[in-house]
Amino acid sequence: MSQVTFRIWRGEGKEGEFKEYKTEITEGMVVLDAVHQIQAESAGDMAVRWNCKAGKCGSCSAEVNGMPKLMCMTRMNTLPQDKPITIEPIKAFPRIKDLVTDVSWNFDVKKRIKKFKPRPPDAPDGTWRMQQEDIDRPQEFRKCIECFLCQDVCHVLRDHHMHESFIGPRFLIYTAALEMHPLDTENRAKDLKDEFGIGLCNITKCCTKVCPENITITDNGIIPLKERVVDEFFDPVNKLLRIFKPNS
Amino acid sequence: MAVKQDRLVQIGFMETGRRDSWWLPPVLTFAGYTAFIVYTTWAALQNANYWDGNLLSPFYSPELFGKSPHAIFGPEPSWWPNAIFPYSPALLILAFPAGFRMTCYYYRGAYYKAFWADPPGCAVGEPRKTYWGERTFPLIIQNIHRYFMYAAVAFIFLLSYDIYVSMKFPDGFGISLGTLILATNVVLIGSYTFGCHSFRHIAGGVLDRISRASVRKKVYDCSSCLNRRHMLFAWVSMFTVMFCDIYTRLCAMGVWTNWRIL
Ligand code: SF4
Ligand code: SF4
Ligand code: FES
Ligand code: FES
Repeated sequence: MSQVTFRIWRGEGKEGEFKEYKTEITEGMVVLDAVHQIQAESAGDMAVRWNCKAGKCGSCSAEVNGMPKLMCMTRMNTLPQDKPITIEPIKAFPRIKDLVTDVSWNFDVKKRIKKFKPRPPDAPDGTWRMQQEDIDRPQEFRKCIECFLCQDVCHVLRDHHMHESFIGPRFLIYTAALEMHPLDTENRAKDLKDEFGIGLCNITKCCTKVCPENITITDNGIIPLKERVVDEFFDPVNKLLRIFKPNS
Repeated sequence: MAVKQDRLVQIGFMETGRRDSWWLPPVLTFAGYTAFIVYTTWAALQNANYWDGNLLSPFYSPELFGKSPHAIFGPEPSWWPNAIFPYSPALLILAFPAGFRMTCYYYRGAYYKAFWADPPGCAVGEPRKTYWGERTFPLIIQNIHRYFMYAAVAFIFLLSYDIYVSMKFPDGFGISLGTLILATNVVLIGSYTFGCHSFRHIAGGVLDRISRASVRKKVYDCSSCLNRRHMLFAWVSMFTVMFCDIYTRLCAMGVWTNWRIL
């Protein structure tokens, strides 16, 4: 048992400040436990979003000592406790109150992505056949819990606020899961280039680094999509070849 | 749909809550690349000490025109404007490997951070407010990467040929320490090249139903396996290629002798 000091962001909208709280940390506690304890002991009005406490709902995203993390999956014993531990809301989205941000932009973005469009069913009963090895790639992206930590750390949104022209890593891999799906027949390359701003990603891999589901966002998702965009728009030889082989 | 910009916090240059040494990787990257660029440029301009008997420095391979016995098409071209820019065989070919590395997805991400602070580190504030990314000129040119990859694959064969040449001695077959060094380099450059994202894409990544192309599936799996260590091979092969040049150069200068093993 030890007393640990926390500096937690308190405020409404953009206005606010860090406030210090002390609480007892016992073995096995995660950051979210500490926040709940502080809420119970000394800050009953502190706003914090959480749900599953198991790293699966993606609600408890925050920045702990400056790094985007799930509070429920960040063990206290992984943090240095001799100095105050800072907890602040994620920065790529508007702040509402304390640790809670307005992430609704993400849900609007999702609606802009062309839906799954499967080929006609393979069997008379209206079902399809797929090979596991073909679905392996989309499955990696389906692990996403929509915590938006990758969106938060991505400098295109975080520093440059280019929400209008860039959909962010979360939705690039969402698009990748559809594009690479063995049944899907839709083509999203033009949208990726023109509407979704894939060219704005400069492959600095911060998104991959913070993903709590360890999805290889950049290497397995974004770069392969960039290559598909090159196929369609920047590779004259490939274009020429496709005149002769239109379905490749 | 839009996020109201005035509701977002502005982050200042170098502003971060991170307490770890986030600056260390970009500093090391900066130092490593700078050392490599400086050495390569110097070595490429020497036009001397780039071969030692059957050993040819990879910076000069293939030697199209030059004064060494490795030159494929004969001596240095007489029409070269030596008064303006002194000739070196490396000048004719170095653009290919250099372009390959410059446009490599891994290197790009790393040098955008280390040389351009875009961003300086993850969750660390940036110096500039404007940002174009790779969407417009000049960085849109990075999309050319796969063409450099085609050249890089050809270079694997050319560099392999140099290993073969390094085993030809006046008295017949032999193996020297130089042979082993060249061979190690080719293995590592090969691991780098065949783990390239563009190679991986063309090998099989482009296919949504790869199960129907079993040979491509195998190549794709191998490439993916190398791709997971792409950063490692990028660094290690950068140093081995540099070391091949240093070794050849020191042997040519008589500082070291190329030790014959067999
Ligand atoms: S790799 Fe691309 S999407 Fe991921 S954080 Fe960097 S710029 Fe953003
Ligand atoms: S990709 Fe990873 S970091 Fe991004 S929202 Fe999904 S789970 Fe979170
Ligand atoms: S509370 Fe559900 S992910 Fe943390
Ligand atoms: S991605 Fe690194 S060499 Fe192609």
